[in-house]
Amino acid sequence: MSQEQERLKIVIVGHVDHGKSTLIGRLFHDTDSLPLGKAESIRKACEAEGMEFEYAFLLDALLEEQEQNITIDTTRIQFRTQKRNYIIIDAPGHKEFLKNMITGAANADAAILLIDANEGIQEQSRRHGYLLSLLGIHQVIVAVNKMDLVGFNESVFRQIKQDYTAFLEKLGVSPKYFIPVSAKHGHNITTRSPQMPWSESPSILDALDSFALPPSQEDMPLRMIVQDVYRFDERRIVAGRVEAGSLSVGDDIVFWPDRKRSKVKTIESWNATAPQVRASAGQSLAITLEEQIFVERGQIAGHPDSGPLEAREFCANIFWIHDEPLSLNHPHTLKLGTQQVEARVLKIHRVVDSSTLEISEQPRMDIKKNEVAEVTVRVRRPLAFDNRDRCPETGRFVLMQGERIGGGGIIHGADYASGQHRAKSVTSENITWTEGRLSSDDRAGHFGHRGAVIWLTGLSGSGKSTLAIALEASLFQRGIASFVLDGDNLRHGLCTDLGFSETDRKENIRRAGEAAKLMAEAGLVVVTSLISPFREDRLKVQEICKASGIPFAEVYISAPLEVCEQRDPRSLYKKARSGEIRGFTGIDSPYEPPQNPDLEIATDKNTIKESIAHLLGFVLELSNRQKTFSAEDELPASNI
Amino acid sequence: MTHLDQLEAQSIFIFREAYHAFSKMAMPWSMGKDSNVLVWLAKKAFCGRIPFPVLHIDTTYEFPEMLEFRAWAQKSYELDLIVKINEEARARGIGYETCDPITVTHELKTVALQQVLTQYKWEALVTGIRRDEDSTRAKERYFSPRNADFEWDYKDQPPEFWNQFTTSCKPGEHVRVQPLLDWTELDVWEYIEREKITIPDMYFSREGKRFRSIGCWPITHPVESPASTIREIIEELKTTKVSERAGRAQDHHERNAMQKLRAKGFM
Repeated sequence: MSQEQERLKIVIVGHVDHGKSTLIGRLFHDTDSLPLGKAESIRKACEAEGMEFEYAFLLDALLEEQEQNITIDTTRIQFRTQKRNYIIIDAPGHKEFLKNMITGAANADAAILLIDANEGIQEQSRRHGYLLSLLGIHQVIVAVNKMDLVGFNESVFRQIKQDYTAFLEKLGVSPKYFIPVSAKHGHNITTRSPQMPWSESPSILDALDSFALPPSQEDMPLRMIVQDVYRFDERRIVAGRVEAGSLSVGDDIVFWPDRKRSKVKTIESWNATAPQVRASAGQSLAITLEEQIFVERGQIAGHPDSGPLEAREFCANIFWIHDEPLSLNHPHTLKLGTQQVEARVLKIHRVVDSSTLEISEQPRMDIKKNEVAEVTVRVRRPLAFDNRDRCPETGRFVLMQGERIGGGGIIHGADYASGQHRAKSVTSENITWTEGRLSSDDRAGHFGHRGAVIWLTGLSGSGKSTLAIALEASLFQRGIASFVLDGDNLRHGLCTDLGFSETDRKENIRRAGEAAKLMAEAGLVVVTSLISPFREDRLKVQEICKASGIPFAEVYISAPLEVCEQRDPRSLYKKARSGEIRGFTGIDSPYEPPQNPDLEIATDKNTIKESIAHLLGFVLELSNRQKTFSAEDELPASNI
Repeated sequence: MTHLDQLEAQSIFIFREAYHAFSKMAMPWSMGKDSNVLVWLAKKAFCGRIPFPVLHIDTTYEFPEMLEFRAWAQKSYELDLIVKINEEARARGIGYETCDPITVTHELKTVALQQVLTQYKWEALVTGIRRDEDSTRAKERYFSPRNADFEWDYKDQPPEFWNQFTTSCKPGEHVRVQPLLDWTELDVWEYIEREKITIPDMYFSREGKRFRSIGCWPITHPVESPASTIREIIEELKTTKVSERAGRAQDHHERNAMQKLRAKGFM
């Protein structure tokens, strides 16, 4: 058998006309890799276009590319050195072909970025540098080309090196090499050039040979992405690919995000000499399971204790390459591995021009072509994923714009230790998700309004229950399906097992919050009436609702303690004062008033009628205005 | 994983993505070496059962040995085989005796393909093209859309990265799925050797000549070669500088002949 040869994929990038295709032609010529007759056919094509011999024609095969002497689309070609084989990916340098540059570069292990010594750093020199860092390509050679045109002048090279290093530093990128070259005349390509004795850099080929192969993903936690489930005979075969880690027959595995668990029974194969018992990163495989659980395309299998994260909201860096901008709150199909889910950009934190690195200071409603942005993404169903730096294959996604890829995203910032992603809890959400077929938009369309949670908080006797019941009736009269969740009533059923210890009170609020969220998801406007004295608990409830896209408003029903104590409708203050009940809010347990309530109703200053009118106007606006998927973000209450 | 393992895994991944995305698809099969590797990979991808039809566009200028091979392979691989001839063009007298190779290739291959595609309403075709065969093929995507007129819009191809492909098309359009795109001629032979895949005898040297690429008999010529085993072919490829399709006349008929053929729907 032939000795296994190493292979490294390198992409050649840089501004248009800085000599990418010429460098490739030169590498081929100097490593004697051109096929017979190829130089001759290039010569003919050059003559037809009336130009001198042009190496670029080796790859610029399309007639339009040759006529205009530009590269339109990415291409691949192989050559070899003493050390290993190289697969060269040529990427166009024109701004309008950025999508093709990314198509090529996304597959590379290393890159050569060319800068014309004569023209200096140009728009695409910077943009390509930025994109390489986003794509996770860290092995970079910056080749300052056409040194012959500047008389092999050292100071020209030093200046470009200094300027470009300063630019890359802002991105946290440092190239492995800066090399002065002349691709056309072969200086510093395969050997060091005598014309530039001042240069300390190796030749391009020696620099390439010093690069490492991409690290194996085999020692990472298992990530098998499910492509399909086949039922060609009585068996159910789960087909997919191991993107990281390894899997063996007999392993317990869990399928995220549903978290159904089973055991690997067999690894299927065709025409194999012996049954396969193990598969590792990079391998396509088909398995059968011991227990018949529901598995479908898109799921990610992992080992029980080292699975991916799951959430409906996460932070990402997005680069956008479509003519149509990516709009805030607009639905797009998100594809990650084989998962496909509707997603929206919920928040644009920061937009950066990919060439100047200029940060947009204005709040932005969209991300335009060639921009890079830091965003929060919300998906319709829980998504299983990783941080890109932990597992590249499950840490990046694309957003579709119609039938085409509109841009790519890189996930970062997820916290594995706590099983949480940023502040968003995943473990505190329901563990098994059953996604209803109807969307919240469907329901809103049917009811004529959205579900929402109106959280009334205040001291005992402040008037919460009275207002809640009156509000419910008023909403009902206006055709808005509403329901009151009363703290006392909850304690008779759902929370009957809870007492008044601090833990139990917290749990009481959490249950009330979850119940309110479910009812709001079903389309109701839920009005809660609970003292809910602690800020932290109310914030938690707000997060529960927000995470499910439910509009949430904190309404502070205020009245001075003396007034409440005077009202004392159920003689509770009296009992508390006498010590008959302990831990009573306002007497021997604190009440933390909201700092920025969405609405405050002072019941000592307003009549019931005035208070209701005030509340009603607020709620009508909230439940009608919130027709879009995630506009609850506009609520001041969400600005936490 | 070896290089061949990686190529195999990616090809299988592509097969499965295509089969999931397209309910109506077929795999053109020329019986050549690449085609047979494709069939082999499909068997692996779907655990021994190819779940879509395999299509042979019969130009009526096939080498008799290739037709014998077709019969053998159909049975051996349990292929759901569809054979298509552009009878209409043959009736009009289109043939190498009367027309130039570009016209014949277009009529008997591309138009025949259009006819059968319309008939079966396939949304995707799995092809065995490779980047290293031709410099326009080098610019292809794994999933490459073609419009209703079969045209390849090479000036504005959809972006394709991180294994996310064009997996939908409008009625009348189709997507070319190309699992062998990253393979080289040498990879194909090394895989044939490793997997012991049966290929037609015409690839092996007889009287000092062998076929490196096989098409219609009037326009396909053997190259000088003593290689009579797969191993010898591999050794030869490692040193040769003659391009693979040197013996395929239609490619060299005029400058950019392949681009013109391919823009109109040729593989």
